[in-house]
Amino acid sequence: MSQKVLLNATEVHIALHRLACQLIENHDTFEDTVLIGLQPRGIFLAKRLKSLLENDYKIKNIQLGHLDITFFRDDFRRGEKPLEANTTQINFIVEDKKVVFVDDVLYTGRSIRAALTAIQSFGRPEEIELLTLIDRRFSRHLPIQPDYRGRQVDAINKEKVKVCWEEQDGEDAVYLINS
Amino acid sequence: MSELSVNHLLGIKYISEADIHLIFETADHFKEVINRPIKKVPSLRDITIANLFFENSTRTRLSFELAEKRLSADVINFSAASSSVKKGETLIDTVNNILSMKVDMVVMRHPNPGAGVFLSKHINASIVNAGDGAHEHPTQALLDCYSIRERLKDVAGKKVVIVGDILHSRVALSNIFALQKLGAEVKVCGPKTLIPKYIERIGVSYEKNLRSALEWCDVANMLRVQNERMDISYFPSTREYTQQYGVNKALLDSLGKEIVVMHPGPINRGVEITSDVADSKQAIILEQVQNGVAIRMAVLYLLASKIQHNEN
Repeated sequence: MSQKVLLNATEVHIALHRLACQLIENHDTFEDTVLIGLQPRGIFLAKRLKSLLENDYKIKNIQLGHLDITFFRDDFRRGEKPLEANTTQINFIVEDKKVVFVDDVLYTGRSIRAALTAIQSFGRPEEIELLTLIDRRFSRHLPIQPDYRGRQVDAINKEKVKVCWEEQDGEDAVYLINS
Repeated sequence: MSELSVNHLLGIKYISEADIHLIFETADHFKEVINRPIKKVPSLRDITIANLFFENSTRTRLSFELAEKRLSADVINFSAASSSVKKGETLIDTVNNILSMKVDMVVMRHPNPGAGVFLSKHINASIVNAGDGAHEHPTQALLDCYSIRERLKDVAGKKVVIVGDILHSRVALSNIFALQKLGAEVKVCGPKTLIPKYIERIGVSYEKNLRSALEWCDVANMLRVQNERMDISYFPSTREYTQQYGVNKALLDSLGKEIVVMHPGPINRGVEITSDVADSKQAIILEQVQNGVAIRMAVLYLLASKIQHNEN
């Protein structure tokens, strides 16, 4: 097994600031905008962006929710491993809101497909956008593309992209793992 | 662990402590789902479930049906009262006929103890026991323990007394197994005629006096007096039963501590429990009903995940 650094800590931070600025361009004061981190690993990125927007760019009261898509996945009973659910925490209604899905890696697009269905349980959003730190090109199974991307990566199927966060894994970095 | 050790839920006797915890954790997620504005998930959209009720039921049947629909399963209902069972069809024939219509899971209530176990040896579908005679009622025990866990944070180390008709009660037996597996201490209380002779052999002690039992416990589970199952007279009169084994507000207030009161329903108000107790904050009867849907969703979801997807 070999691994290659795709983004180091400095590069991750630059990407986060750029993504935050791009969000501000489109959403201004975030009055009608909510961030939804996708479980399990999208929530770290979503929390980072929220604190960056609030502390460095002085935007107040950004609403953040966690969405778990386990019960909406299309591979139930088809995988070898059973699916494990995570917590969903959305304490607001997304009716007529601008929703931004936040996830670490965009790969086949199937999780996003599930999230698009799952979010309907909380109302009808005015629009939905997608933000990912890593966009794996050429690996999509569905016609889904991100609106904001940190870095585009060409990876073949047996390679894995791993995003590490300081609060969870001890460092900020993105690795390409070849097994 | 993220998978059940069994393919059917026939009784608490057959599952492990880890299975129970897995069901509880999964139920936590479903409890969040059923409190959403839209209370439905598509997980079981390609699963068909038959609810076979060979014995009357309102609560359990509605609860299962709601759980199935909230998981997007296709549901067919069957009740013995209006079926060919009356014409003399056997259990296996009835079920095989229903299964030949491509049913993946069966939820069954039956008056004979062991009906679920018997069926599991003869058919392929995944079976959930919704009560078999005086044997087991596993989902009721799971939702009871889940409700205790919700109210008192944990089941382990708690003292639970089950009061009333233990002899005819599948709820009692399943509850005893579940509580013991989760590390709670269990006593039973009621007229000696309604206590099974084997009770001490399964590690449960008997307390004749209701007041001493209530003083000892953290949770009192009040069972219904099952008049329909009593072929002979087990106690002199309902009035006498109520005087000795009925819980009222005055009795609860005189205990000097607050205990949790449960009841699996349907309540005989004024017999085993008075209205002011049933409607008080100490009673978690309606929480039990709500948790029932989440628990049954968890059980169906976890069992369905063990049915391999078939391309045909």
